[in-house]
Amino acid sequence: MKSIEELKKIREQTLKNINLRKEDGGDTTRIVVGMATCGIAAGARPVLAACVDEVSKRSLAHVSVTQTGCIGVCRLEPIVEIFVPGEEKVTYVKMDEEKARRVIHEHIVNHKVVTELTIGANE
Amino acid sequence: MELVRSHILVCAGTGCHSSKSDDIIENLNKWIAEEKMDKEARVIKTGCFGICALGPIVVVYPEGAFYSRVKPSDAEEIVKEHIVKGRLVTRLLYDETKKAESISSINDTNFYKHQMRIALRNCGIINPEYIDEYIAFEGYSALARALTEQTPQEIIDILTKSGLRGRGGAGFPTGRKWQFAHDAPGDIKYVACNADEGDPGAFMDRSVLEGDPHSVVEAMILAGYAIGANQGYVYIRAEYPIAVERLRIAIKQAKEYGFLGDNIFGTGFQFDLEIRLGAGAFVCGEETALITSIEGNRGEPRPRPPFPAVKGLFGKPTLLNNVETYANIPWILQNGWEAFDKIGTEKSKGTKIFALGGKIVNTGLVEVPMGTTLRTVVEDIGGGCPGGKKFKAAQTGGPSGGCIPASHIDTPIDYESLAAIGSMMGSGGLIIMDEDNCMVDIARYFLDFTVEESCGKCTPCRIGTKRMCQLLDKIVEGHGTMEDISLLEDLCGHLAQNSLCALGQTAPNPVLSTLHYFRDEYEAHVREKRCPAGICKNLLTYSINDKCIGCTACVRVCPTGAISGKVKEKHVIDPAKCIKCNACMEKCKFSAIEKG
Repeated sequence: MKSIEELKKIREQTLKNINLRKEDGGDTTRIVVGMATCGIAAGARPVLAACVDEVSKRSLAHVSVTQTGCIGVCRLEPIVEIFVPGEEKVTYVKMDEEKARRVIHEHIVNHKVVTELTIGANE
Repeated sequence: MELVRSHILVCAGTGCHSSKSDDIIENLNKWIAEEKMDKEARVIKTGCFGICALGPIVVVYPEGAFYSRVKPSDAEEIVKEHIVKGRLVTRLLYDETKKAESISSINDTNFYKHQMRIALRNCGIINPEYIDEYIAFEGYSALARALTEQTPQEIIDILTKSGLRGRGGAGFPTGRKWQFAHDAPGDIKYVACNADEGDPGAFMDRSVLEGDPHSVVEAMILAGYAIGANQGYVYIRAEYPIAVERLRIAIKQAKEYGFLGDNIFGTGFQFDLEIRLGAGAFVCGEETALITSIEGNRGEPRPRPPFPAVKGLFGKPTLLNNVETYANIPWILQNGWEAFDKIGTEKSKGTKIFALGGKIVNTGLVEVPMGTTLRTVVEDIGGGCPGGKKFKAAQTGGPSGGCIPASHIDTPIDYESLAAIGSMMGSGGLIIMDEDNCMVDIARYFLDFTVEESCGKCTPCRIGTKRMCQLLDKIVEGHGTMEDISLLEDLCGHLAQNSLCALGQTAPNPVLSTLHYFRDEYEAHVREKRCPAGICKNLLTYSINDKCIGCTACVRVCPTGAISGKVKEKHVIDPAKCIKCNACMEKCKFSAIEKG
């Protein structure tokens, strides 16, 4: 250990990994992937993996990736819902890896809802 | 370490470890591999969550699901349900956190909401065997700043202003202690850590070392810098194998990262740390005996002064603090003395960890702000006595402390208030007693302990504790006289005044305080030959009342054949044969057995 900078670097790198253990201060954005049998059969597993990977690559703090059961519109699976604190939830449907990465980039990083992928645009 | 979406934290403190938490970890890993979840979830072993009564504890993040009393066989369900399908395993959730469809935060439960964690800030959150996680939670940043920006005197001033006092029990101001060691003349000085936690029922220091060893390592390096020492020793008892192992790992990692060794943070400051194992003698928790033991001699105390700050290890100025005291220091330096000064009472600042044990629902480890009342700790956090029994007294400070009776349950817990009612803060063991505990028996138990642990160097302690114990034996056996009680009081004074070290000086405290608050119980033993709590065997007689229906269950369970009678008729106990084992009373379904 030569300097405080090195210490900071270790801290930032590790923090990224353990942020999910911190008490939710109400400012966490949740990415929820539908992972019931219908979701998994439609390919939710790689979508979830892509979400985790993207959050990691971009070092996004206060973002958690979780899963949930069947949302009820099995024909539109894989479904990903984004809960930004203080905003209405957005439901994305018929997701794949590529779309998931795009949603994280545009919706979470740039705060722009990807309208064409939402449930409204697909109904 | 790759990012995953879920962390499964498993408590690996001594309590949960002995209820097989290592098997849980193994099974979780096995099922995670089986379900191909290894890219998504990771198992992390961590330190004590505090609520040991509900162990083993498993917490799954990001949901923060708090699973209690988990068995190794539950691992499969946790992985298949929670990790794979995202469904909570409701049957394992801690009752208080259960809600209709979701869970509430563990921090809102009665056990946690009154607590404030400073010394235990990382316990149950980080992996104690992985230095990066300690660093992620601001670890070693206080050291970095101190070494590069602050002078030793500035650090000592911060500690002095924070009002931190020794957590080993006596409550000496830590800043002043550091100042003495800093001001003592000499080229070679030492830093030492007292991890020889010997009170029956106390396990605060063990849990800190098991859950967050780096906080102690960092504080000791800071101490070295502040007083001008280059070598430190941690004196820890060999009965704490997990704590010793984690500390060893922590020291190794700190060396690899260059926090220990030469030229720390490129400042030229050099510091090394070594572990010294104690053989578990209670007297070695006394500072001069501890120092003698580190030097390789038999652990016996010596008179003070000179105090260790002037003449300690190998005759050099030595700074000796307790584990919990050290664990507070990095926090104070990160957050400033003002933040610490705000917590607690006027003269007792910060928080104190207590090991809750005895007749209490939530056995475990709690950290509360100084000045919290005993009632909050016992009733709100501890959940009261099991079985709805009445709280009778709490013993603080183990064999050196005294009891706090139920009438003083609203006493705020701080150094001065406890001393005022004849007890002491002690290192933090808090043993709860209910109406079924005999206070004379409790006093005898502690005296028995000090007789065993007296090192024998000075006469008042060696012979005094023995004589006191004999007198107490006489009383609980039913041969005591009123003169014995006054002789006992007399001896208490002699021991307190004439013993060489704190072991003998404080040995009479359990007797003095029980005599003060529960004199009627002593007198009942002596005058009426009766034990009001029904504990002292020699004073008990068992008899059978008219509720007996003659089911013969007691006859079959009695080991000495003391019970006789015909089927469907009332039975009788022969007192000459009865050994008062209580087996009949436990067996009887009709409350027909009486003792008194």
